[in-house]
Amino acid sequence: MHHGTFDAVLLMPTEIFELMVAHCLDGYPLEACGLLAGTADRATLAYPTANAAASSRVYAVEPRELLRADRDAEDHGVELIGVWHSHTHTDAYPSPTDIAQAPDPAWHYVLISLRDVEPVLRSYRVVDGTVTEEQVEVQ
Amino acid sequence: MSVAVRLPTVLRSSAGGASTVTVEGETVGGAFEDLVRQHPDLRAQLLTDTGELHRHLNVFLNDDDIRYLGKLEAKVGDGDTLTLMPAVAGG
Repeated sequence: MHHGTFDAVLLMPTEIFELMVAHCLDGYPLEACGLLAGTADRATLAYPTANAAASSRVYAVEPRELLRADRDAEDHGVELIGVWHSHTHTDAYPSPTDIAQAPDPAWHYVLISLRDVEPVLRSYRVVDGTVTEEQVEVQ
Repeated sequence: MSVAVRLPTVLRSSAGGASTVTVEGETVGGAFEDLVRQHPDLRAQLLTDTGELHRHLNVFLNDDDIRYLGKLEAKVGDGDTLTLMPAVAGG
């Protein structure tokens, strides 16, 4: 199915879109990160998490928050489907580190760039080192 | 001690599609040895050549990150759950 310019899509309610951006702005000047849960291409829950690396260049979802989010998603009958994180001074595109460390080929990888005055949010699939941008549909 | 190991989606194909594997062990290391005995394809995913846990893998013994419990030497109890999850990180 074709979605705008891209073949793949990530759907989310406005609240989740705004929560992700707000969490990243809150974390600035460090990178911020969080998890998305839902089914396949639809995010229904979002978990802002701590960046255990506490860095402006790298992020790591705090492991215990990862576990909590996984269990909470399961309790809601959904599963983790992706991760978002911010790039404080580069583009909203997966870095070589993002590509190399992508934990799950089924996940959505949301990047939020705070390089400019207006945050830029984009989403991608990363499969076997190949990055494909997908449409973000906010409802 | 009988322990349930919960596998993340990305490791299930190396365990014949199983999402949970029951293992025997006295420690996390022992539990892992039984796990890779049952599913040899998991060894390379879980352990380095020197038998240590891969850094990109999170392991939780019930609610605790085993990094704080002595890692592979942490003792496990009957009915405990080991949850494996890939690290979620990047740059």
